[in-house]
Order: sequence, then C-alpha cells, then structure tokens
Amino acid sequence: MSARDNILARVRRGLGLPGDIAGFERPAVQEYIRKNPRGPRPTYHWSDHVARFQERSEKLGTSVDRVASLPEVPEAVARYLKEKALPQKGVVWHGLHALEWERAGLMLAARGAHADDLVGVTGAFCAIAETGTLMLLSGADSPAAVSLLPETHIAILDVQRIVSGMEEALALMKSEREALPRAVNFVSGPSRTADIEQTIVIGAHGPYRVHVVLYGSVYVQ
Amino acid sequence: MQLTSFYFKSNVRRKLIDPLLQRNMKRFGGRFVEARAAVMTEVDNLETIRVAAAAIRDRSLANLDSYLVAFEEQALARGSQVHWAETAQDVNRILIEIAQSNGVKKIVKSKSMVSEESGLNDAVEAVGIQAIETDLGEYILQLAHEPPSHIIAPAIHKSLEEVAALFSENHHTPRQTDIPALCREAREQLRPHFLSAEMGISGGNFLIAETGSVVIVTNEGNGRMVTTLPRIHVTITGIEKVLPTLNDFSTIVRLLTRSATGQSITNYVSMLTGPRQEGDLDGPGQSHIILVDSGRSRLLGTEMQEALRCIRCGACMNHCPVYQNIGGHAYGWVYPGPIGAVLTPSYVGLKNALDLPQASTLCGACQVVCPVKIPLPELMRVLREKSFEQGLRPWHERLFIRLWRGVANRPRLYALMTQVGVRVLSLLGGKKKLLHHLPGLDGWTDGRDMPAPQGKTFRELYRKRRS
Ligand code: SF4
Repeated sequence: MSARDNILARVRRGLGLPGDIAGFERPAVQEYIRKNPRGPRPTYHWSDHVARFQERSEKLGTSVDRVASLPEVPEAVARYLKEKALPQKGVVWHGLHALEWERAGLMLAARGAHADDLVGVTGAFCAIAETGTLMLLSGADSPAAVSLLPETHIAILDVQRIVSGMEEALALMKSEREALPRAVNFVSGPSRTADIEQTIVIGAHGPYRVHVVLYGSVYVQ
Repeated sequence: MQLTSFYFKSNVRRKLIDPLLQRNMKRFGGRFVEARAAVMTEVDNLETIRVAAAAIRDRSLANLDSYLVAFEEQALARGSQVHWAETAQDVNRILIEIAQSNGVKKIVKSKSMVSEESGLNDAVEAVGIQAIETDLGEYILQLAHEPPSHIIAPAIHKSLEEVAALFSENHHTPRQTDIPALCREAREQLRPHFLSAEMGISGGNFLIAETGSVVIVTNEGNGRMVTTLPRIHVTITGIEKVLPTLNDFSTIVRLLTRSATGQSITNYVSMLTGPRQEGDLDGPGQSHIILVDSGRSRLLGTEMQEALRCIRCGACMNHCPVYQNIGGHAYGWVYPGPIGAVLTPSYVGLKNALDLPQASTLCGACQVVCPVKIPLPELMRVLREKSFEQGLRPWHERLFIRLWRGVANRPRLYALMTQVGVRVLSLLGGKKKLLHHLPGLDGWTDGRDMPAPQGKTFRELYRKRRS
C-alpha cells in the first residue's frame, strides 16, 4: 500500500468508516462544494465602498489618490513619485503600458520585475472595501513580482471595481475567469514585520510603500 | 525538532530564573492580548462567526478523507504534484528526493511549523543543501541555533540587543541600535538568496478542496518571494489543514488574523494554484505539495479530535498565564502553550510529554479566545485522566489522590479533617495570614506565598448564613 492509501485508510478508520477509499460520502462533499455557502460576517455599516476603501487603506499605510479618468493616471503617478523624491522609472504591467507614461515624464518598462526595479506599477483585479485590500491576479500580462520586488508599489484601480468583502471579490473572479490564476494575491498595505520586540516596522521583504490611484466614477442609480 | 518535553519541569525551573528571558517575557506581556481585544470590536457578531468557523473545521475533519481526495484531484488537475508523508522522516526524505532530482543547492524557506516537526533544515544540510529561513523571526533563530518559541512570533523571547549582537557577528557589520535598521539589514542580507535559490519551501495555512489551492497568510512578503521566485515551490503542511471552499476560507480568515496579531487582515493573503502557466512571466515551474500525517490521523475519532480544528493563530498561548511566564522553549517541542500541551502528548506520546497537560491553571482563558472554540482545558483534563489511568503519574501523586478520594467519599470525616486543617493553617499563617512554606508541597510556595485560610470551612460559613 502506498503512503497515500495508508493515510486515507487511517483517517477512515478514525472516522469509523469502512476501509474502502472509494468513499460513499463523496456526493455530500461535492454537494457542499457546489453549494458553496457564505458564512456569517460582521455587519457592514458603511454604504460608500470608495470612502470605506480609502479609510481602511490609509489605516494600513496605503496612500490613496483619485483622478477623474484613466488618461489622467500617468500625471498622478508622476506627481506622487516627485513628491516622495522617488525615481521616475520602473516596471509596469502590460495591460497598462498603453497609457501615456512618457508624456508624464515616466520611463516604465512592460516586463517581469527585476531585482533592481524601484517602482512597480500594476492594475488590480478588484479591491475590497471591508479591509482596504487589493486583489491581484497573476498572468501573462500581470506578473506577480511587479507588486513585490520594487520598494514602491503603485496600483491603478477603477473605482467601480471596489466590492464589499472577500466573498464578493472571489465571486467576481469566478464570474469573469474560467479558472483561478496561478497566484491570487490579496495585498493590504506595505509589507511589515513585528518579529523584533513586537515593534511594527513597515517594509520587511516586500514594498515599503503602497500607493493606489483610483480613477473613474461610480454609477449613480 | 529535538524533543525535550519530558524535562518540562526542569525546563521551567531554568526559565523562571533566567533574568533575560523573564525580562523579555514581561515585555511580551499583554501586547498581543490588547491588539486582539481592540480589533475584535470590529466584529459585532464574534460568537456567531466563531460557531460557524468551528463548524467549518468540524465539517472538514468529519469528511477529511473525501476533502483530501477532492483537494488532490483539483491540485493534480492544475499541475501540482501531491506527495503523502506518513511520518516526519518521510517529509524529509520526500523533500530531499525532489531537491536532489532537480539539482537544488539552495533553499529559501518561509515559516513552516510542520517542517520544524521533522527537523527539515538539519536533514537537508546533512546532504549538502543550504536551507535559509527568511521569516525575520525564524532567520534570527537560525543564526542563534535555537528553535522557535511561539508559532506566530518565533523570536518573541529575544531582545533587540540580542538580535543586534547576532547580526553584527554573523553579517560582519557594525552593530545596529534600532529595530528598523535591523529589519533593513535582514532584508538586504536575504534579498540575494531569494533571487538565487532554486527551491522555495512554505507552509500552508489552508488547503482548498474546491480549487486545489494552497493559501498562505503572511505579513513580511517573504512568503510571496519563496512561492514566486525560485523555480520549484514546495508546500509542506498537515492533512488536517484542508477547507472545503474559498468562501469557508473567507469566513475563517476574519478570525485568524484578528486572533493572531490583532490585524483585520494580514498584508498578504496568497492563494496559490499549480505552477507557472503558459505565458506567465514569473512563478515556479514546479509546484509540489507534501501532505503530512505524522500522528494527526491518530486523533480522529478520539476525544482529542477537536484539537485538529486548530488554525494556529497563537491566541491561546498569548493569553496563557503559564506561557507568559515560562516562554515557549520550556514546552520542549514545536507547539507551545495550551495547544502545545494538548498536541505534543498526542503526537509524540503521553509518556514523553507527561507534564504538559499539567502546565495549566485551567483558568479557561485559552478556550475563551480560541477562534474555533477548541475546549483546551477540557482536553488537558482528559489527558490528565489518561496519564493517571495509565499509571504514568509519580507514586506520591497517585497516593495523595487515593487518600483524598478516600476522605472525600466520607463526608463526616471530610468535614472533621477540613475543620482541623483550616484552623491549623490559619494559625500558621500568622498575623499576615500568609504561608511561606508548605512542607512537602514546596512547589507551590517556592515563588509565592499561599494565602492562609481564614479559620472557618465553607460548610461552617454556609450553615451559619442559613440559620
Ligand atoms: S488552539 Fe485555538 S487559540 Fe490556540 S492556536 Fe489553535 S486556533 Fe488558535
């Protein structure tokens, strides 16, 4: 018997089930997964997702800027980098490469991140108002390391894509994508550690800064 | 990891008189406790969510075989390779096989408590492969050649000065004096390793049966590094970590991070599904998942099954008055605190960790804060009973309990003896009503005085009040 069979047999014995691994309760398990019920969660007492997202982001140390439309984003990014005295060059996701970065004085290369990139510009699949969290999906046009290796991570986000909780974010992904990407990264602020004397230090192995530029407006019904 | 739980009592004695540890533990004190309490105010229906979280874990465990098979099916479909390890030794063997067949010379690791169970680092170094811990706390301990003393904050027992000395000695750099500088130094030391290692090892907070994903919940970003940059990623985690769905994870993570570090959410939550896909510019070319039993299946169907619900948040140790005083090392194995007092005897054998279930005042704080409602004091009581039944307790303790039972079964005798007893003790307590010594029971009075009885038994007081 293989290690797998031994372990499964021990589990089944422990649960008081017959040793046969085929498992007759599998339909119930599949049924539960198919139903995929949502659990209880805290009361959401806010009504404005954008305001909530911004408030929670800032609490996490993420700065948030807002512009009216996508073409205005490069200027806003350039402004932020200048303000912080950060380099005006870095790496960007392919999907955002078409924006007029150069006009704004920025040199952004569309490729995977290199170890010495100091600024990484990404989009975000969506964001979560409850916790001020960005949801990033890896893919050919959206390499995961761009939001990880550079010291500064700038994320561009359509305000209409701020959802209330993690459940909504996952449901949105399932409705728009056929399958999960290799990596779904929920990012909530700059990396941090409290491993020395429980003192929180911003900037552990990942970015020191996370800056979000929101664009567009929410439909008014 | 070297097991020293059998020597718990002498470990404790040493820890209680170690001035440095005592100072560091005082500082540890209530910080996690306060942070948790503050952030839990965001959750207006905490009890409802705890009940749901416990039910999710119970559902996983009650159908563990099916959920594991479902997980495996999905993970394989996404191109991950799934390995099953019956014992801790098997974990090391499987990992070394993967490493050697891929020409791996260097491994970067993010935190994996399961790999501590098997002493993985020593095993791979013995075959000439370098393994580097990259979680800041674990990195500090690797330099100090010490095991972790907490499951969330492994170097909680170390002070700033100790870390500064370790870094300057090992990195040959000037000694830093502040914490941000030390963090920066660790970042600079470890960055090149992330980029050059051929293999990354992570733990897995959860396995998702619905999608075949491994979920890791982290803050520093090293977990993302080790699962993104090296060409091989290996997850090592226990079979009990499976959850049915991503929605179940969403419910549980709200309590996990709040209970652990007092954060509404950690900086990173990563759901990893299979290796790099076609066209991807980064991500590992191979994804391996090692599912570890190593004693876990033995708990199923026993009174201890509930302990497998554990989501490793660490709240029980943060709130434990025993842990707060002795630190994690005294427990002598990977998992300290109340959950360690329950898991260690179950995994390594009761006779090898005899005193751990005794390491509790049964105050119940752990059970109150446990996000998945594990009745830890009750489980410790069960283990105490077992060790008594199996004749594992020392003869004088067994004799004492027999005598006590004899007396307690004879109400009149009991009343008489307690009447005499409290009066004698009251007299001995003197004016201040404090006992500095209890002959034969010095363990209780070595570090503190015992308040003396006030001179009347409960029954006497009760009778008086009734009349
Ligand atoms: S037993 Fe409960 S409180 Fe302790 S680590 Fe596990 S989940 Fe957290």
